[in-house]
Amino acid sequence: MPRLSAEQKHRVSFTLNGKSVSGMAEPRMTLSDFLRHEIGATGTHVGCEHGVCGACTVQIDGGLARACLALAVQTDGCDVRTVEGLSPDGGTTLSILQDEFRTHHGLQCGFCTPGFLMTLDALFRERPDASAEQIRETLSGHLCRCTGYAPIMKAALAAQQRLRGETIQENSKQENSKGDSHA
Amino acid sequence: MKPAPFDYLRAETVDEVVEALRQEGGDARIIAGGQSLMPMLAMRLARPKLLVDIMHVDALRRIDDDGKTLRIGAAVRQAKLERHADLARRQPLLAGALAWVGHAQTRARGTVCGSIAHADPSAELPLSLMTLGGSVHLRAGRKRRTLTAAEFFTGMMATAKADDEMIEAVSFPTALPGTGYAFTEVGRRHGDFAIVACAAMVDGNKATLGIGGVADVPTVRALPLPDAPDFVDSLNQYAWDLDARDDLHATARYRRDLIRQLGRRTIEEAARCRA
Repeated sequence: MPRLSAEQKHRVSFTLNGKSVSGMAEPRMTLSDFLRHEIGATGTHVGCEHGVCGACTVQIDGGLARACLALAVQTDGCDVRTVEGLSPDGGTTLSILQDEFRTHHGLQCGFCTPGFLMTLDALFRERPDASAEQIRETLSGHLCRCTGYAPIMKAALAAQQRLRGETIQENSKQENSKGDSHA
Repeated sequence: MKPAPFDYLRAETVDEVVEALRQEGGDARIIAGGQSLMPMLAMRLARPKLLVDIMHVDALRRIDDDGKTLRIGAAVRQAKLERHADLARRQPLLAGALAWVGHAQTRARGTVCGSIAHADPSAELPLSLMTLGGSVHLRAGRKRRTLTAAEFFTGMMATAKADDEMIEAVSFPTALPGTGYAFTEVGRRHGDFAIVACAAMVDGNKATLGIGGVADVPTVRALPLPDAPDFVDSLNQYAWDLDARDDLHATARYRRDLIRQLGRRTIEEAARCRA
């Protein structure tokens, strides 16, 4: 890639929640600003802008990332996932995780919520059996000034149980169908 | 908080990186995971003219284990090392320390060498490198040199790396048979910078204790084992010798006390872990 000049805007393209997106960015533009101002994807919230609060947490190529600590130009060609990608049908239905946040009052003002959701989504994908202690430790990378965290932990544990239940059901279905084919 | 303007170069080879550093010198900064540099850019504590992104240089993404050392390339993220097969057995001190580095969200991006280059006096990886007696592999143009951790860390966020040099890799010695390792720290919250961090190795009746978060650079000292008659005095002397300071987070007296309590506990744990 040639050297990108500070004075100019450069084309940045990546996959956002499964769709190709593209916009223009100066090299100094953060991914969080790019998502909100260039793409118009305002689900990612921007809090402290120096990597402390966790509100802007997204997933880049499957791994967690503070969007305020990544440059848009660094993300060119990557696979980015944000809170807008969680709903199974593109926005009408809540995901299991989001649903449990609502049920257990895991949010009040909602500013920090997209970050918490993206972290838990990645955690449960990678470690479906994460212990409560591991969940708490992973969530220590996020600040919430409303809930006192207890309702967030409740929502996380409830979502984990449902997700595991569904995974187990899916597995047993597969095993059944395998059994059928053997028979 | 927005960074001041800079050019951006996504390098694909080490040659490209060192050539950019040769041309720009101190006006260029390497960006790897960005977990230390990006906040500095946002707060405009750093205002480079050029950022050289090294995360697409394949040669820097390797972890090599030659039996004696784990050599970790400059583009290896902390999360990748955390998941490296058998890390807890190959080097338990490093495995223990990694769990304390920032948060899962920052370890997923931040690199091992980036933390070494940043040289924060409270950071876990520089302390681990110092305690284990590891080394830093530097390169400028075609010239390579290797410094010991003690030579590399020269002060608070200051290192012996020249402006035209890059860190290609760092090497951590792997665990020795019969030696026990442990890492512990105390901070305000998990993931915060350590008020005091301790890394210990115990081999036979010799203990080595590394301390971070107190002096400008991590320090290492040989100590007797806790059951030796001179242990308490030796550790107390170590605590006083570091010239702990009062700051927003803790008093000097609290830091000295932490060294005495946490230092002993870490050495005891390392002694228990002797294989």
